[in-house]
Amino acid sequence: MGAVYILWLRELKRYVRSRVQILASLGQPLLYLLVLGFGLGPVFQQSGNGSYLQFIAPGVIGMTVLFTSIFSGIGLLWDRQFGFLKETLVAPVPRTTIMIGRTLGGATVAMLQGTLVLAVCLIAGFRPVSLASIPLAFLFMALTAVVFAGLGTAIGSALQDMQGFQLVMNFLVMPIFFLSGALFPLTNLPKVLGAVTKLDPLSYGVDGLRSALLGVSHYGVAVDILVLCVTATIFMALGGYMFSKIQL
Amino acid sequence: MIRVQNLVKTFGEFTAVNDISFEVREGEIFAFLGPNGAGKTTTIKMLTTLLKPASGEIELDGLNPVVQSNEARKRFGIVFQDPSLDGELTAYENMELHGVLYHVPRKIRNERIERLLKLFELWDRRNTRVKEFSGGMKRRLEIARGLLHTPKILFLDEPTLGLDPQSRNQLWTHVKHLNETERVTVFLTTHYMDEADRVAHRIAIIDHGKIVAQGSPAELKEQTSTESLEEAFLALTGSTIRDEKAGSIDQMRQMAKMWRR
Repeated sequence: MGAVYILWLRELKRYVRSRVQILASLGQPLLYLLVLGFGLGPVFQQSGNGSYLQFIAPGVIGMTVLFTSIFSGIGLLWDRQFGFLKETLVAPVPRTTIMIGRTLGGATVAMLQGTLVLAVCLIAGFRPVSLASIPLAFLFMALTAVVFAGLGTAIGSALQDMQGFQLVMNFLVMPIFFLSGALFPLTNLPKVLGAVTKLDPLSYGVDGLRSALLGVSHYGVAVDILVLCVTATIFMALGGYMFSKIQL
Repeated sequence: MIRVQNLVKTFGEFTAVNDISFEVREGEIFAFLGPNGAGKTTTIKMLTTLLKPASGEIELDGLNPVVQSNEARKRFGIVFQDPSLDGELTAYENMELHGVLYHVPRKIRNERIERLLKLFELWDRRNTRVKEFSGGMKRRLEIARGLLHTPKILFLDEPTLGLDPQSRNQLWTHVKHLNETERVTVFLTTHYMDEADRVAHRIAIIDHGKIVAQGSPAELKEQTSTESLEEAFLALTGSTIRDEKAGSIDQMRQMAKMWRR
């Protein structure tokens, strides 16, 4: 437990100390929230779907959790590049333990970042249906963060250098985001698109956040939690396996 | 303390370490020298469980690091060729993280961290983030960290690379002191022959993945009829500059590219 805790704490310390990075990472969510939220708001309202800012806020929070958690896993590449990975790999600790510490740290950072964006959403005018539902929103943030931190660790373990990063960004992370229903409702989609969104774990995370914050759900809270738990287990196991295979 | 028998490591077609055997006695300072790309770092990586050998046997303090990796890891400390500290953490935090990973109990850990940071003249800077340290300070911190769990063996992979003469001198003084007072067995690589001559009890020279000579500095000079260890090294490995083969990570990358084709 000591090893898991110290590696988890390391991720947190690194996050808290990188204030510029924290501010910089708010840029993209703010852009989506303000430009799309207010820009498409009138069109969305005219089509009878209510406030687009209300609709998009859980999606932007989900996006923040996705990006932060998956990049924390891929951050393994930096540790490989700057040598710290070697220090952990020669320690007398099972690699699974190291992986769990790192990944939980990354997931916690993603949750903190998601919380920050939730606060920004509230300032921008977003209003959750009830404050009592906030803990459920945190549960969905946590599950989404673990899912993608595990996936990020698996990817980070497989990549040898930063060259593959752009590939992952364009062909994995962005499709996960755009197909999640973060920006559009999941109802009345073309069949193929609807089927693809069901395969995207983030769509359950965003749906869970919407049900918690807005009281509207597409899949149902139980299904969202179940799918996220199963995916988290699979991706954590995959991350652990890939991490155990690293040779320097 | 360290016994290596017929050790081989290949990356695809390339043989980085080719059937090498040597022994390091307890309390000895053993220098493992060779030109760029000779196989020094690959050997250290196999000894320290970072790479699995293709064949051959390794014994560290009576343990097989391939099978008993966690037990073996408790026995050694290592200073890598490249820095392996977390620059965002302070010197104390880097030490503490290491101590926790090596299961050093909190009370003992705090005492040892203080003693080692004082020994390596870093105590006053313990709360400074490592990214603000000079190269020499980072090296000293890496050695202090490597000693925190009181290892029986200390691996030093080109520890003085990029350091000024003052820092190099200070570092070797510390290493010799540790070896003499705590009987720590030291396995080191360096490109500075004068350093190896000064500190090593015995030396092995590796070239193209094979050990070409072993003995004390005096024996190697006598064997090659030369005056200095540098001349002995050149006599044994030749004076032509050779292209360095890609490192293990590069080799794996090349292999991955081949697979994709």
